[in-house]
Amino acid sequence: MASQPPAALRLLPVRAENAAVAFAGKSILRGIDLEITKNTRTVIMGSNGAGKSTLLRLLHGLLLPTAGRVVNAVGEPVATQVLRQHDAMLFQRPVMLRASALDNVLYAAKHQVRGITMPPPHVSALNALQSVGLAELANRPARVLSGGEQQRVAFARALVRDPEILYLDEPTASLDPQSARQIETLISTAAGRGVTIVMTTHNLAQAKRLASQIILLNDGAIAEITPATQFFIQPRSAAGRAFVEGES
Amino acid sequence: MNPFFAALAGAVDLITHADQKLVDIISLSLKVSATAVVIASVLGLAIGAIVSVTRFTGRGMVIAALNATMGLPPVVIGLVVYLLLSRAGPLGHYGLLFTPPAMVIAQVILITPIIAALSRQILEDAWREYQDQFASLGIKNASAAATLIWDCRFSLVTIALAGLGRACAEVGAVMIVGGNIDGVTRTMTTAIALETTKGDLPLALSLGIVLVAIVLAINIVAQWLKSFAERRYG
Amino acid sequence: MKHFMQSKLQRIFAGAAFTLSLALTQTPAQAQEKFITLASTTSTEQSGLFGHILPIFKKATGIDVRVVALGTGQALDTARRGDADVVFVHDKAAEEKFVADGFGIERIEVMYNDFVLVGPKADPAKSTGRDIAAGLKNIANAKAAFVSRGDKSGTHAAELRYWKAAGVDLDTTKGAWYRETGSGMGPALNTASAMNAYILTDRGTWLAFKNRGELSIQIEGDTKLFNQYGVMLVNPSKHAHIKQELGQQFIGWLVSAEGQRAIAEYKIGGEQLFFPNAKPAMKKAA
Repeated sequence: MASQPPAALRLLPVRAENAAVAFAGKSILRGIDLEITKNTRTVIMGSNGAGKSTLLRLLHGLLLPTAGRVVNAVGEPVATQVLRQHDAMLFQRPVMLRASALDNVLYAAKHQVRGITMPPPHVSALNALQSVGLAELANRPARVLSGGEQQRVAFARALVRDPEILYLDEPTASLDPQSARQIETLISTAAGRGVTIVMTTHNLAQAKRLASQIILLNDGAIAEITPATQFFIQPRSAAGRAFVEGES
Repeated sequence: MNPFFAALAGAVDLITHADQKLVDIISLSLKVSATAVVIASVLGLAIGAIVSVTRFTGRGMVIAALNATMGLPPVVIGLVVYLLLSRAGPLGHYGLLFTPPAMVIAQVILITPIIAALSRQILEDAWREYQDQFASLGIKNASAAATLIWDCRFSLVTIALAGLGRACAEVGAVMIVGGNIDGVTRTMTTAIALETTKGDLPLALSLGIVLVAIVLAINIVAQWLKSFAERRYG
Repeated sequence: MKHFMQSKLQRIFAGAAFTLSLALTQTPAQAQEKFITLASTTSTEQSGLFGHILPIFKKATGIDVRVVALGTGQALDTARRGDADVVFVHDKAAEEKFVADGFGIERIEVMYNDFVLVGPKADPAKSTGRDIAAGLKNIANAKAAFVSRGDKSGTHAAELRYWKAAGVDLDTTKGAWYRETGSGMGPALNTASAMNAYILTDRGTWLAFKNRGELSIQIEGDTKLFNQYGVMLVNPSKHAHIKQELGQQFIGWLVSAEGQRAIAEYKIGGEQLFFPNAKPAMKKAA
């Protein structure tokens, strides 16, 4: 998993430059300026409706900015980048094809331009399932697995693409505590191998455990971007102080 | 004996002593309807898939039109196909009127909108569910549609079977374009209509019961398939 | 899994193509068979006459006759559009117009059957007898329920002629008692049976009809009730695809001694339904 694409194919750093998103005239995000750099673990926080998921989607390129731009290291807009295969996203509710766990992972592996240094898709798929601890369930229909297991299949589906960046949208919000811990461990392990993490969460304790930096959103705008160690002790913004106090 | 029970006994007799003529009628019905369903499934699925995964101006109109054509009276379809295929009509050259292919054409027109509208619904629901995942994996619409069709295959087969049931049970269109010719275009439903006009109500009802049994069997298979798939694949 | 899926889809399409070819193999085989399409009336088809004579014809000539049974008006219309090779119906005036308009080559008389007036056994209109005009007059006077085909068929045309002959002007006298069903002979009989009403029907359909209820024959044997059938080849100069030779062969056979005998032979419950009366001159011509 640690193999990196050649320097010329690097996505990072991903930059948002004065990006904004509006739906039907309603502003969701505005004035977003930020940079995701290599080997960081960014956690996006904020109250409901602050625009966390939208920001994540914007960075991952599932949404086009209605103003400004979001670009990768070579200046391509992320939504149309040819390097789509080098990032991946985990959703709050994993969506499984009506096929085995292995086939779900294989599907992601096959729909990707694979570097010559990467093993054949089915080997990658089995390895990915192994690394999330599901090798034994490889042939079980994915949809009959438990929620936690499905999220781990989704994790394997992300890992199999050997991502440079992994986006996670509330990855543990629908899970029981034990499954949530397993996912957290997988996130830490991936980060340890050099995968850059960008995630949203409601869970302050989880953010404390995982984050290297915090982006706090307040009503569609960035209130502050602060190293995690500082954020939980001394937020820079008024919104940050209100948030940390309200949550603790 | 009560006429209804007489008819029921007659039906049992018809089925157990399946004479060649009855077998021919049933097999023609099934062949025509199955052929129509295969063609209509290919067309309907293509339409349903395109409408469900693409966004274009007039899409709402197309969906409304699909839903509306689901309710087209078969007699109207029969009449239109009759006029098209008649020797005096634009496709008269092919001499298809009063042949099984004419009935297939009418049934294709009858059930394609049904399959298109229902598969559009199913594929669009699935599309909503998978859309972000596909985008995240960088999968293009055409490939996504193929995946969705495969993923929803059991529900889609159920739709095709519903189409088959509808096609088998239809009389208005096949009567007009087939002509109910003995041994050539006489299907279960046109035979029922004929026996009714001859006042042979028990025989008509017997044929009706055979037809209902077949349609019921088709629906049981569809139901079973669906629940099997749900148990197996979730 | 993409390739895996494509191969599955390919297999599904291959299976579909296979089913399709299976289902349609029947058609080319049939297309090679010698056949003509005959537009005729429900009375000839539903009385079982064709079921009796067509196999004999096929045995003699190898020609399959595909019968599309419609009302006379509809049968003539089908022929006019070129959708039948031969038309065999029973409405002399309409047939003569069909020939005069150039759609048919020649009208050849083949046989006749007769109409009967059927009504409730209790005969509320006191219509029973041999005189159709008197009987209909009584029905109109009594305003007894009467079911009409109302479908421009030969039988409908005949019925309207009889009302006229009876001096009953339907336009002024028809009311709730006179029901136009707009349907074939069988459905009209079903309606009459359910309503216990009078109805004019050809004898053949009546004899083959099973759902009689309280109905029985009230008037029969009036020579005015005779019902002549004519056969015509559809004019190939109007429609080039008409199977002139096979059609002529069928017409020739119908008026031949063999064909006429086959018609006379057909009986239901010992009763002859159709009486061959092709003119000898016609037989020679054929």
